[in-house]
Amino acid sequence: MHGTDAHNSLQTTPQSSAPTTRRSSLVPGEAVFRHVIPAGEYWIDTLRSGQRLRIVDVEGNQAADTLFFNAADVADRYSAVDTIREQGNVYLSYGSKLLSTAGNVLAEIVADTVGRHDTLGGACAAESNTVRYDLEKRTMHSCRDSYLLALAQHDALGMGKRDLTHNINFFMNVPVTPDGGLTFADGVSGPGQYVEMRAAMDIIVLISNCPQLNNPCNAYNPTPLEVIIWDADVP
Amino acid sequence: MADINSRIRDSYQTVIDGGKHWSLNMSAGTLLRLTDIEGGANVGMLFYNPQNPLERYNAPDTLKCQHTFKLTKGHCLYSDMGRIFCSIVEDSNGWHDTVCGNSTQKLVVSRWGEKSYQVHRNEWTQNGHDAFLVEAGKYGLGRRDLAANVNWFSKVAVAHDGALSFDAANAKRGSFVELRFEMDTLVLLHTCPHPLNEAKDYPRKPVEVAISRAAAVTEEDFCMNSWPENIRGFANTDLYKLCGRKA
Repeated sequence: MHGTDAHNSLQTTPQSSAPTTRRSSLVPGEAVFRHVIPAGEYWIDTLRSGQRLRIVDVEGNQAADTLFFNAADVADRYSAVDTIREQGNVYLSYGSKLLSTAGNVLAEIVADTVGRHDTLGGACAAESNTVRYDLEKRTMHSCRDSYLLALAQHDALGMGKRDLTHNINFFMNVPVTPDGGLTFADGVSGPGQYVEMRAAMDIIVLISNCPQLNNPCNAYNPTPLEVIIWDADVP
Repeated sequence: MADINSRIRDSYQTVIDGGKHWSLNMSAGTLLRLTDIEGGANVGMLFYNPQNPLERYNAPDTLKCQHTFKLTKGHCLYSDMGRIFCSIVEDSNGWHDTVCGNSTQKLVVSRWGEKSYQVHRNEWTQNGHDAFLVEAGKYGLGRRDLAANVNWFSKVAVAHDGALSFDAANAKRGSFVELRFEMDTLVLLHTCPHPLNEAKDYPRKPVEVAISRAAAVTEEDFCMNSWPENIRGFANTDLYKLCGRKA
């Protein structure tokens, strides 16, 4: 179960107080794959170890609800709690190692122009929408519906609802206060901002481009995301 | 034996030693009270719908619908289906963690050294992650079914820059938390150390577990009315019970 050294870290190592941003040197002209995900749709694909994935917030303030799975063992998957505990910080940014439930590094954030991403807020679902907004909103579209459709349409992967765990919300701003409060705030992202990851092993990536219309996570206006992939040998 | 049997009909209490695990099916309308006997305890806990374990405790949904990072009295613990497994009806502690996960075998060995069962018998150093796997396995559940758990009695605060800090003084001797179950719920629990507890020795802290029957939920219920969202959460839970009502 615990095949790597990720859990050797004993101390929490708080990151510096200023959000860390870093631009990428990669240019889209050298990419091997480009795809626009319209709001309310999903994208699922496999990244090979060393490949780099950029997610672009094309028009700004759009939540990219993202899950990662170890392609060789999908029960070993992204773990929000292990990731934040081992980095000693609730926010994801440049340098964050995205850990699996078994403590393996799935990917590392190698560029980030925003500086802060959420992994506490989870994905919207029809059922949680009824609690948060109104019972009669149960038929509105949600990230979990997109996830479920993705896994049903790719059932050769052998995954289903069991495998839908707590995700990353790239470009989403969920500040935690020192007295233990939590809010959904206006996004800190903007048009053309991006985050880029390098796969540390072969991983399956599943993104729902969030369709939420009831809160400011998409500025009440869901817009497209673009995903761009570069091979490992691009300098 | 008859004396024990009649006593258990209405209530039961026991002590779970530190570094151990247990599980139980709680019916709607029952209470589960945890008491930190010595101070410094941690109780990892996960919740499932026994009729369909694909429905499980969802920490992000629980936190965002109640606009909170910590758990305390008045909060409800939500499933991923918008229903309430249980409500926190009493809490002398004030802050419980649900975002830091579990200790693992690797963490326990590197922090406190290996204490194998072969050598140390009941004093072996179990870890929270494996404890959950054992209890989950009793119900046909496994790695794919685990989720972010609650860590009762453990406080992990967040600074403005997002940095986590574990408050070793939070778990006080005699402090307690009481859960009222709003629907039938499978509960997995362990008493292994919180993963951010850096105590010199493996914290082996016993916890009293007390089970009893709850009074009926009234319209003035504190937990139901603590947030407008919880009124809707109770409505979803009532709808589930209405649909499932026996003739």
